[in-house]
Amino acid sequence: MKPFAYERPHDAAGAVATVTADPDAAFLAGGTNLVDHLKLGLAAPSTLVDVTGLTSTEITDLPEGGLRIGAGVRNADFAADERVRARYPALAHALLAGASGQLRNMATTGGNLLQRTRCVYFQDLTTPCNKREPGSGCSALDGWARHHAVLGATHEPADVACVATHPSDMAVALVALEAQVRVLGRDGERAIPLTDLHRLPGDDPTRDTTLAHGELITAVDLPASPIAAHSTYRKVRDRASYAFALVSVAAALAVDDGGTITDARVALGGVAHVPWRATAAESALVGAPATDDTYRAAARAELVDARPVESPRGGTAFKLPLVTATLAAALRGLAENSAQEAR
Amino acid sequence: MKLDLTLTVDGHHHSLTVDTRTTVLDALREHLDITSPKKGCDHGQCGACTVLLDGRRTLSCLSLAVAHDGAEITTADGLAPDGELHPLQQAFVDHDAYQCGYCTPGQICSAVGMLDEAAHGAPSVVTDDLTGDVRLDRAEIAERLSGNLCRCGAYAHIVDAVEQVAR
Repeated sequence: MKPFAYERPHDAAGAVATVTADPDAAFLAGGTNLVDHLKLGLAAPSTLVDVTGLTSTEITDLPEGGLRIGAGVRNADFAADERVRARYPALAHALLAGASGQLRNMATTGGNLLQRTRCVYFQDLTTPCNKREPGSGCSALDGWARHHAVLGATHEPADVACVATHPSDMAVALVALEAQVRVLGRDGERAIPLTDLHRLPGDDPTRDTTLAHGELITAVDLPASPIAAHSTYRKVRDRASYAFALVSVAAALAVDDGGTITDARVALGGVAHVPWRATAAESALVGAPATDDTYRAAARAELVDARPVESPRGGTAFKLPLVTATLAAALRGLAENSAQEAR
Repeated sequence: MKLDLTLTVDGHHHSLTVDTRTTVLDALREHLDITSPKKGCDHGQCGACTVLLDGRRTLSCLSLAVAHDGAEITTADGLAPDGELHPLQQAFVDHDAYQCGYCTPGQICSAVGMLDEAAHGAPSVVTDDLTGDVRLDRAEIAERLSGNLCRCGAYAHIVDAVEQVAR
């Protein structure tokens, strides 16, 4: 681990000023990903600027009925909040499906959004990786590809290829529930849809987000949403607990008395460089009967441009039927719940 | 860069000077000779380093000491201050909930923290009704302790031990 300075500014604006002024400085919050990166040699900041206590650790009601989650709220407290459990069950489920009890006590809302991919090649300094070392190549393309992308990845040219996935569960539910992120920069605070925070690798896989260096997430806003109370999160992984998603689905569904879908929200995890809002699936669902055929057609619509990794040592083609089955299972469960409530 | 800090560990006050790179785990083991928290993976994947930090179960290997100046830490050792075993420690003995014992201090700190979380109504991903009461059955205990690995595979007895105290 390279030596670094440690600072604890008096307020968030001071933290932003310090990091903005030093291209090698980094924010520290829960540290669950960054401290690991220090040990792995993936990160070598000049200065760690501790923002613990500088952003809110509270969940507050918004005037229009939504919730504001301070960036410093720990994942465990976020999941346990009674308003979140009752009004945004997909989000509580997603938070609880992530990491372990200890990590959820440490990890913050802001840090969870900014965690980096767990691609084994990104984390292994001895292998080529365009995200870690621009132009070196992508080892996953002909390597051990399993947790990698099927949507929105860059397969070529070789010097910018990246098939990494975003690892967060929480972010998938937040994207489905149309959250906004509040960001503090040198010129003040701004709000952006969460779908605009993360970015596809494009021709620069080194950048995970659209944030400028020194910009700090201060809060996440959840809009009031009747459909969110009928939401769920379904995660498929290699072991029953404490593992990253192979595929996950966050979904919310409204079905009328005649069994027709009137509204839908769908996001996918484990399939892309971003938590993937599945707008094509949503369009295919609304107005259609709440049946398995509809759910599968919605998955097919979303996967029309899918391109799995086809590596001699594994690949991600298995994710295409897995997305379809997981999405169908999630929607089937939601439709059954609303039918039971109608009775 | 070195910084001064204080830690209260198992009721004892300590002042120390550490390099900023020092984790809480290394501060405890290498600076204070408190060796009940164990270094397993040192990457937050095994849970052997679990301590109660300001009352919550925490991975000491992923916590920088300088970021926890003034913290109150309880280790498995501190759960038995006068040699009298904590009910969970006694339950581990009663149920033979270990083989080599290396993961045990982390398992016990994690279980103490977990029981406190459940007592405050925190759900888990296997809780059927997110807004209902928490009942710690075997599936709940296994899920809530999934951050603690046991390479000997003593899981069945660990769940027995925790179940005894959870009742």
